[in-house]
Amino acid sequence: MNTIWALAKVVVLEMVRRKDFYVLFILTVLLTATAGSVNLFNDRSIVRYLKEICLLLIWACGLVIAITCTARQIPAERESRTIFPLLAKPVTRGQFLLGKFFGCWLATGLALLLFYIFFGLVSASRDHEWPVLNYLQAAWLHWLMLGIVVAFTLLGSIVFAAPSSNGTICFVSAAGILVLGRHLNKVALSLAEPLQSLLYAFYFALPHLELFDARGLIIHGSELIRWDMIALATLYAAAYAAFFLFAAWLVFRRRPLN
Amino acid sequence: MIWAGAFPSPLCPKPTVETTLSIENLRVEYRSRDLGETTKIAVHDLNLKVGLGEVFGFLGPNGAGKTSTMNVLLGFVPPTSGTARIFGVDVREPIARQRIGYLPEQTYYYKFLTAEELLRFYAGIFQIPSKETEQRIDGVLKLVELDHARKRQIKTYSKGMQQRVGLAQALINNPDLLILDEPTSGLDPIGRMKVREIIQRLKGEGKTVFFSSHELGEVETVCDRVAILHQGELKTEGSVNDLLKEHSSNLEQIFLKLIGYSPQP
Ligand SMILES: Nc1ncnc2c1ncn2[C@@H]1O[C@H](COP(=O)(O)OP(=O)(O)O)[C@@H](O)[C@H]1O
Ligand SMILES: [Mg+2]
Repeated sequence: MNTIWALAKVVVLEMVRRKDFYVLFILTVLLTATAGSVNLFNDRSIVRYLKEICLLLIWACGLVIAITCTARQIPAERESRTIFPLLAKPVTRGQFLLGKFFGCWLATGLALLLFYIFFGLVSASRDHEWPVLNYLQAAWLHWLMLGIVVAFTLLGSIVFAAPSSNGTICFVSAAGILVLGRHLNKVALSLAEPLQSLLYAFYFALPHLELFDARGLIIHGSELIRWDMIALATLYAAAYAAFFLFAAWLVFRRRPLN
Repeated sequence: MIWAGAFPSPLCPKPTVETTLSIENLRVEYRSRDLGETTKIAVHDLNLKVGLGEVFGFLGPNGAGKTSTMNVLLGFVPPTSGTARIFGVDVREPIARQRIGYLPEQTYYYKFLTAEELLRFYAGIFQIPSKETEQRIDGVLKLVELDHARKRQIKTYSKGMQQRVGLAQALINNPDLLILDEPTSGLDPIGRMKVREIIQRLKGEGKTVFFSSHELGEVETVCDRVAILHQGELKTEGSVNDLLKEHSSNLEQIFLKLIGYSPQP
């Protein structure tokens, strides 16, 4: 446990000290501010539109941060050769992967926290209300979703040799699932037989990232999600993350390093 | 006593001959798609023993198989056949790595960390208690003469300083055996001398040092024994003094002769 925590801390420190995260944050702030300055009349629907833009940016940035941070971890360890002195110490390969996973997930979580605080300030300045629980649920679900993304990006970084292609593949699949995931079964219905079953199987095997999209909670202030549903979503995310990590471990366990 | 090596089980507590490192019939082959159907034999039935407290020079030209041998010792690559033991424990067991320090060749440590943070991270992996960690960090940073730069990020370090951070990280767990892969390559004469001094200090503290090199001058001054490897095969092994006497020339000449190089007339 200590070992995993030590590894995770380094990943978090790396993100804090790198510039790219701040660039994304400032970009989001600037874009939101630009969108906000158009809104002179403080019209109800314009406020909602502003919030929607800001949240969309946060979702995009969340994906980018999670994927870029995770995709570079293992390739960078190999490139700089730090993986050698590290694995020459009493660290198992499983601990190494878990440390990287938790580090990336925590780092992404810290970034999300900052983004949501900014979003909260923006919307509170317009609405003058603080629906804290709504925020908590939406952000928690968002973070869980990114946990799955981090886990499969980590798997990808072991399977695919080139880090940039892995990043692109992971980004396209995550964005694809978020946008199309819920429609795949309908698409399947319109297809001819062998393809239909295949697409259905795919639909059921896929981690449904779009289920974690609770932006409505803070855009429309819709009713809170039942807590048992939140618990279920947590289990769902944990199961998929565990599955991807296990697969990553299977591939990485016996791989010669040189 | 001659049975000592025959019982590798933990039931046989300690071989009488104090070997720190033993390599038996080690063979390392690389099979990769880049090489087509052929396999590349990097190490060919290697046998070596390194005794307690020795400074052992593992010599050979580039591509001789030094790094490949070390990769097996550290569990990065499984041996194709043969075995290697560290303190009597098969290197495939992670526990074999508890008491060793390893300096890989050409490593660029996490450049966003300071030397202090880097060492704290590695100490955390050895589960060293935090109070002791600070003492160890002070100690190793003094030894490698990086005390003045301990709060600077590693990306601001010169090559020599990076190499010495590497040595510091290899020493953080106070290891009994050090495995150093070309610790002086790429350093200027002062950097090389400093590394050499550190090796000598470690020897003074009773540590076993197994290091690879192709800088023969320095090997002559710090090593007790050497082995010369060429194209994966062991060409000779013995104490530096014996070799010098036997061939009645310097190590460089012996080295060149053994790897079959004859200077142009
Ligand atoms: N991953 C690898 N795949 C194929 N061949 C390799 C690999 N690593 C090393 N070799 C080959 O094995 C031989 C020994 O290499 P190495 O152990 O790195 O030598 P040294 O460290 O003594 O310079 C070289 O001929 C090298 O080309
Ligand atoms: Mg080498």
